[in-house]
Amino acid sequence: MMKSKEVVLATQQTQVLGRALLIPAVALLFIWMIVPLAMTIYFSTLHYSLLDPGTESFVGLENFRYFLTDPAFLTSLQNTLVLVGSVLAITVLLGTPLALLLDQPVIGRSVVRLMVIAPFFVMPTVSALVWKNLLMHPVSGLFAWGATLLGLTPIDWFTDAPLFAVILIVAWEWLPFATLILLTALQSQDEEQKEAAEMDGASALSTFIYLTLPHLARPITVVILIETIFLLTVFAEIFVTTGGGPGLQTTNIAFLIYSQALIQFDVGNASAGGLVAVVIANIVAFFLVRIIGRNLEA
Amino acid sequence: MGQITLQRVRKSFGPVNIIKDANLDIENGSFVVFVGPSGCGKTTLLRLIAGLEDVSGGQILIDGRNVVDVPPAKRGLSMVFQSYALYPHMSVRGNIAFGLKMAGLPRPEIERKVEAAAATLNLTPYLDRKPRELSGGQRQRVAIGRAIVREPKAFLFDEPLSNLDAALRVQMRLEVTKLQKQLGTTAVYVTHDQVEAMTMADKIVVLNAGRIEQFGSPIELYERPANLFVAGFIGSPKMNFVPGDAAGEPGAATLGVRPEHLKIGKEGEGWPGTVSVAEHLGSDTFLYVEAGKLGMLTARCIGEFSLKAGDHVWLSPDPARLHRFEKDGSVIRR
Repeated sequence: MMKSKEVVLATQQTQVLGRALLIPAVALLFIWMIVPLAMTIYFSTLHYSLLDPGTESFVGLENFRYFLTDPAFLTSLQNTLVLVGSVLAITVLLGTPLALLLDQPVIGRSVVRLMVIAPFFVMPTVSALVWKNLLMHPVSGLFAWGATLLGLTPIDWFTDAPLFAVILIVAWEWLPFATLILLTALQSQDEEQKEAAEMDGASALSTFIYLTLPHLARPITVVILIETIFLLTVFAEIFVTTGGGPGLQTTNIAFLIYSQALIQFDVGNASAGGLVAVVIANIVAFFLVRIIGRNLEA
Repeated sequence: MGQITLQRVRKSFGPVNIIKDANLDIENGSFVVFVGPSGCGKTTLLRLIAGLEDVSGGQILIDGRNVVDVPPAKRGLSMVFQSYALYPHMSVRGNIAFGLKMAGLPRPEIERKVEAAAATLNLTPYLDRKPRELSGGQRQRVAIGRAIVREPKAFLFDEPLSNLDAALRVQMRLEVTKLQKQLGTTAVYVTHDQVEAMTMADKIVVLNAGRIEQFGSPIELYERPANLFVAGFIGSPKMNFVPGDAAGEPGAATLGVRPEHLKIGKEGEGWPGTVSVAEHLGSDTFLYVEAGKLGMLTARCIGEFSLKAGDHVWLSPDPARLHRFEKDGSVIRR
């Protein structure tokens, strides 16, 4: 059926009005985003050191060359990827069984759930301090006490396995998030489907493999995507515990940029690093969406 | 073989008794329908037979063997769920094959059985589709395919047609009945729709508040209801109930007469009343008649009657089709 001319005009008018009303919000968002980006791009082409004020000069892509050829860059890139990958693996692989456990009817389930979720609400700086001084401290920490009790030598976490220690802290913070998302997904699983599988003679393990895991594919994708965004920028935990060291062992890209800007006071170089980080984040996002993004379709 | 016997089966959830002492004998190859109002325990009774719920007491025998401690999959029954409960991530083929795969059958045999089941149900063109790409009727058929492929001792149906539209429901009703006769497998079917019960069943179990009110063939239930509840539940429109003394039958507490057994009589014949609503369906006319102290009566008259609201009529009941009930609701047999 043909639309009458009036209807078409009315639709067009609504669309025009809608767009006009959207313009201020979109413009504000655009400016909000473009001004810092433009300034960062501008600074990244300057020789701009806070130790040497008044000597700003245009140096082209020199900052980028310096940042990318800095041996610290490759190390921190590697640290970033190891940190993100390990935390993702730990949270998903532990979060799934934990969610399955919390889905079972147990006494005091609501209290247990609240306690499991609690770490997510602790500020990163606070949880890093707690881990550093109360748990992982080689002399007075709980882990050292436990090791001594068993007759073992306490591990000096931040000297002997600094990156692993940071990974443990960050994984502890993000495990509740993964558990929570997966738990809500489990609760939305159809009861009758599980009963049908029971009638079909599927064991608990088969039901998990053939029904629950496919059902969890999408929430796991969501967990991975969201966590990746935040894990690429982990900073507080490193700053509080190791300060990026020993050496560069726990320096990730975010911390490297911080140290360029506010330890070496090289704004130009830090800006270049920031832009490199943006590119890296986009590359990671591109591959993530390519690999697991199809789970989000349909 | 698929003979199912319930002996004094009880089920309670905490202090609430859902099923009270159910005794039932389901013959091999018969089509038995559990019918009753919602909350009467019919689905619970089916789930007890399936093994999805544990009995609180009594025995369930399948082919003479007590199965109350046998897990669902080992009872040799298969179930069609109300929501179909298809596995959304598997193709139709995967759905139908799942039970066989879990039973560890060799792949070629699974393939052969799935193809055969799909052919029976006209699902062959859809074998590689996902459930979400199918219509309601097709999904229903996949659920049935999943049930028949395992060649069970009995099928259990839990209101399988309630999610379909009216036309499809009538069609699937026929298909299910035909398939059951063709396979000769025992079927237990739960529904709240008494038309479904009447048309599909060999035997109907009428349940009310956890009790089996009557067990019999559809015509038996229609012609000789055992009590007020069955009389009121079976038949559409509902049976008219009038107080016995008001209707000139002081021997019975309640008198029941079906709408189709009320004739429009001549003046002075039967019970007088005033038409309050007349529904003209063409083939039938439903008259809702205000009959004084007898209350509201429904009469179903074959053909078209040009009666309208406010007209005075005389309704005469067919004396051979009157049902008389005691005070406690049980029928007075003659």
